[in-house]
Amino acid sequence: MSIVETPAPKESEVLTAPSSPPRGQGLSLRLRSSLQQLLAFGSLIVLVVFFGVMNARFLLPGNLSDILLSTVVIGLLALGATFVIVTGGIDLSVGTGMSLCSVMVGVVLTYLGLPIWAGIAGGILMGAVIGAVNGFLISFLKIPPFIATLATMLVCQGMALVVSGTKPIYFTGTEGFANLALGKPIAGLVIPNAVFIFFGAAALAGVVMSKTLLGRYTFSIGSNEEATALSGINVRSWKLWIYTAAGAFTGLAGVIIAARLNSAQPGQGMGYELQAIAAVVIGGTSLAGGKGSIVGTVIGALIMSVLTNGLRVISVPQEWQNVAIGVVILVAVYLDMLRRKEAAK
Amino acid sequence: MTADQTPLLSVHGVEKSFPGVRALHNMHLDLRRGEVLALVGENGAGKSTLMKLLSGIYVPDEGTFELNGVAFTPAGPKHAQELGISIIHQEFNLMADLTVAQNIYIGREPRRFGMLSERALNRKTQDLFDRMSLKLDPRERCGDLTVAKQQMVEIAKALSHDSKVIIMDEPTAALNDAEVATLHELIRGFVSPETGVIYISHRMDELKQISQRVTVIRDGEYVDTVDTEQTSMQEVISLMVGRSISGNQRPPADAADCADDVVLSVEGLTTPSLLKSVSFALRRGEILGFAGLMGAGRTEVARALVGADKASFEHLKVNGTDAQIPNPAVAAKLGIGYLSEDRKHLGLMLERDVKENIMLSSLVENSAGGFIKDAALRRTADEYARKLRIKTPSIRQLARNLSGGNQQKVVIAKWLVKDCDILIFDEPTRGIDVGAKDEIYKLLNELAAAGKAIIMISSELPEVLRLSHRIAVMCEGRITGFLTNAEATQENIMELATRRVSITTGAPTS
Repeated sequence: MSIVETPAPKESEVLTAPSSPPRGQGLSLRLRSSLQQLLAFGSLIVLVVFFGVMNARFLLPGNLSDILLSTVVIGLLALGATFVIVTGGIDLSVGTGMSLCSVMVGVVLTYLGLPIWAGIAGGILMGAVIGAVNGFLISFLKIPPFIATLATMLVCQGMALVVSGTKPIYFTGTEGFANLALGKPIAGLVIPNAVFIFFGAAALAGVVMSKTLLGRYTFSIGSNEEATALSGINVRSWKLWIYTAAGAFTGLAGVIIAARLNSAQPGQGMGYELQAIAAVVIGGTSLAGGKGSIVGTVIGALIMSVLTNGLRVISVPQEWQNVAIGVVILVAVYLDMLRRKEAAK
Repeated sequence: MTADQTPLLSVHGVEKSFPGVRALHNMHLDLRRGEVLALVGENGAGKSTLMKLLSGIYVPDEGTFELNGVAFTPAGPKHAQELGISIIHQEFNLMADLTVAQNIYIGREPRRFGMLSERALNRKTQDLFDRMSLKLDPRERCGDLTVAKQQMVEIAKALSHDSKVIIMDEPTAALNDAEVATLHELIRGFVSPETGVIYISHRMDELKQISQRVTVIRDGEYVDTVDTEQTSMQEVISLMVGRSISGNQRPPADAADCADDVVLSVEGLTTPSLLKSVSFALRRGEILGFAGLMGAGRTEVARALVGADKASFEHLKVNGTDAQIPNPAVAAKLGIGYLSEDRKHLGLMLERDVKENIMLSSLVENSAGGFIKDAALRRTADEYARKLRIKTPSIRQLARNLSGGNQQKVVIAKWLVKDCDILIFDEPTRGIDVGAKDEIYKLLNELAAAGKAIIMISSELPEVLRLSHRIAVMCEGRITGFLTNAEATQENIMELATRRVSITTGAPTS
């Protein structure tokens, strides 16, 4: 028998004795994560300054309030998508789901003639139902999120057309519904009511994410679904609830877009889901799940609408706008990956 | 029997079978109050099955579990936890993106007015750590912790549940000596007259340090329980491997005929995570067995050789010339084929047919101008399917529909078509039933006789002994010894496989 001589242990091995972690390491970690958000916020400011310098019209109050208003719809969809993406899932049905919700608002207000609050509730409820269906397909029938929500995306589009008879539903009979999207000038800047609704919804989402069981388990499932289940958490029903909550945000987006257009447009909606996902990803939420923040998503939504609007204001042709936004998404995700690699060291 | 002598946890006559395999037969185990009981056995002896039964993941076919003399049947991990049994698996059940405190109290989050209270959570966790005199920050992200600290978190989680019994599966597999000492300190702190620990380990030296008794199991059956004090580790090893080796046919020792024909020479193979200066030579016509316990680094050697993982070599020579293998494509070009232990995921396209699987690596040679020469493909695939006696109605059969043994042959055929002279088999008979194993053994012998050089990684010692001309034994990333087939026994392989390099802690570093 020949025995291989074992070399003496190297210095580094001897020194890896466990030492207590320096106090406040957790704090520096949190600092690091808020630094990331600061970075996203910084790039938002840079974008605003850039477009402002390129064309002063960009900074006119009218244009700024346009940007805010266009942030609302994408932003609301992105809030819901954040929950889904943090679990490691994806939701492709939010765009057409939003159309179906706005059609539902039309049904309640125009067809049934019920009061405005009922229309709003109907829209949000419709969204929650779509979310619950997604959640059921994904957590109980175990259909992969991409496939399940691809299917519900088509179902929602079809249902919106079926219910509305393929024609837009107008709210001309409902006094004041469009006011949801309008607003009074404050110090010369017209901030649409919808913007307040959006920030209210974002605050709510933030609290749910960080202060409730639903939020905690959203992170937990995205981080390690099996371990979460083995810890005795009922992962299936929590996932159902998470998708339902995300759907409610889609419903609210449906209400707002209906008010903004003063009509329910059953044919539109397709494509919004990708913009919402882009906003979430730009905001630093990982598509692999487990990581993300509502603040990041709000900033991401703002970046998306600033980009779209700014490129238009500085007269970049429509087709190039898409190219530019695509590149921005790639850069954002790539930078995020680099940052993660750095953090993993 | 007085109350004091009632075992804390006992397992009586437990049976568990899976389709085609009897995993546990008449299993016994008694954990006394206030004791650390070591549970040892070879890979596949049934330790993890027993753990899964105790945590309610599997249901026993027969037999009973008793906790403090009261029979119980765990319905699942959560139920076992509520009964006071915590199991710490080798693969931790931690959520990397949550903080330490969030992980420990998952499912039991303190709330105020319906909202989670991070402050209360962290305070509660800090209290727990203070009681355990554990220096960890509750707010740290779990994914940022070292393996040793993650282990501490798992133990803290178990303690937070007021567990009476903690079962640990190879808790020290990834720890250095100082960390092992800290862990043992924690275990000693936990054990009281009401509690006990079942400590599963392969490391003989540790059993002496931590356990009072050792229960040995082999092939799913209870062998014996001995007092650690009065037993030498040699005796424990013989109990583990058993005396008789069934169906042991030693290979003819005529591989020495071509002893000088070294086709692969490896020197100083090191990887950042595990391997430390691994060196060996492989000769034409030889089967070199790699033995060792799980996690010893055998698969890592194979993966490094085919360029699947990052590794550094002092010298690497293939067929006498210096070589560099940055990726598996280069390895294939040099004639090195790797047959992964995870056939289904890494070796086969289950949804494609036998022909496509066999020919996958050789498509370039069988194409012209980017178009695949189908007839040539079929001919070659047919030829090899017949040569290797692959049992399939046609080479058009989907790989999924073949038996394990025949699937393995398809993978072998793939590398033979590619004209590989060096074949690395990682657990070649895993998941293959007994009859088909003999077929694979025969094939390996034929390949070696035909002049191929073979590295065979196996966790089954009888298999290593039966096939290998020489055996390299690994432990913790190092080769701890080479044995010729004539001198190898299960005992001396186990002895080498558990030979840890002891790292003196706190020694002056010069």
